[in-house]
Amino acid sequence: MNVWIAIGLTVVGCYAVKLAGLLVPAGALERPLVRRLSALLPVALLAALTAQQTFSTGSALVVDARAAGLAAAGLALLLRAPFLVVVAAAVVVTAGVRALGG
Amino acid sequence: MREAPTPDERPRAAVVRDALGVGVAVGLSGFAFGVTAAGAGISTLQACVLSLLVFTGASQFALVGALAAGGNPFTAAAGAFFLGTRNAFYGLRLSQLLKLPRPVRPLAAHWVIDETTAVALAQPDRKSARLGFTVTGLTLYVLWNLTTLLGALGAEAIGDTRAWGLDAAGPAVFLALLAPMLKTSTERAVAALALVLGLGFLPVLPAGVPVLIAALAAPVVLWTKGRRP
Repeated sequence: MNVWIAIGLTVVGCYAVKLAGLLVPAGALERPLVRRLSALLPVALLAALTAQQTFSTGSALVVDARAAGLAAAGLALLLRAPFLVVVAAAVVVTAGVRALGG
Repeated sequence: MREAPTPDERPRAAVVRDALGVGVAVGLSGFAFGVTAAGAGISTLQACVLSLLVFTGASQFALVGALAAGGNPFTAAAGAFFLGTRNAFYGLRLSQLLKLPRPVRPLAAHWVIDETTAVALAQPDRKSARLGFTVTGLTLYVLWNLTTLLGALGAEAIGDTRAWGLDAAGPAVFLALLAPMLKTSTERAVAALALVLGLGFLPVLPAGVPVLIAALAAPVVLWTKGRRP
């Protein structure tokens, strides 16, 4: 049930902000501070989520095979690999390290 | 409502090629979402509802990640919502560019995401922008939903997604979304502070809350920069 509540809230919230952008008069959201913040908020969230999903299990900090997988994804990004290759690199390396007992 | 063609209007084929390229490449990554959702204990139906009705990748990954970590529905949805707020600013750009008729806007809004915005903004004229937006939106929507279903079913079929390394797909997606945003020292400072806050509070606060605290890195860094002479 909790999952459906979360899904419902996310559906409504995410659609509302999309629609707001198309309906709100340009001036309302165009203040420089609002624009700067809206560009930086995703940076903060994505950085925190990347770190948490790589280095935690539940509420414990752990370093495991996922760290190697993320390093592989980082390398693929530096080499300008396409999106799917980046994700595949992380998956394959993580699976490989686990298979080797990491 | 046809508009007079301008001399520098792009050929339709070129616009469609660009749009299909982006739509197919990103649409296929719905597979990673389906797999991640199944690995997080989200049912196939729930994963498909998310792709059909939320349709903004980072928010979807954030939501299932937070739920998998044991977050309560409100903090999980809040993280997903904050990630979605950037779409409002895409909408502002697009409403000036596409000049959509009012009745179309509620429908078009669902397709206002990173990729459709990027393709539309890259076009030199309104007609190409509308075509690019529509083709990218349609391709991405169809493929993203199809591959979400396949990914969720596939992950259910193979059982332990961890043994296949599939739990690394989520963070890799986040990293791929984040990397192009790290252009200036401000962005890097925000990312670094968010990382420290996100990991630092993880062991001591309920699931989902640390990531919201990490979001404060954005106003904190802006405020610090603003105070510097």
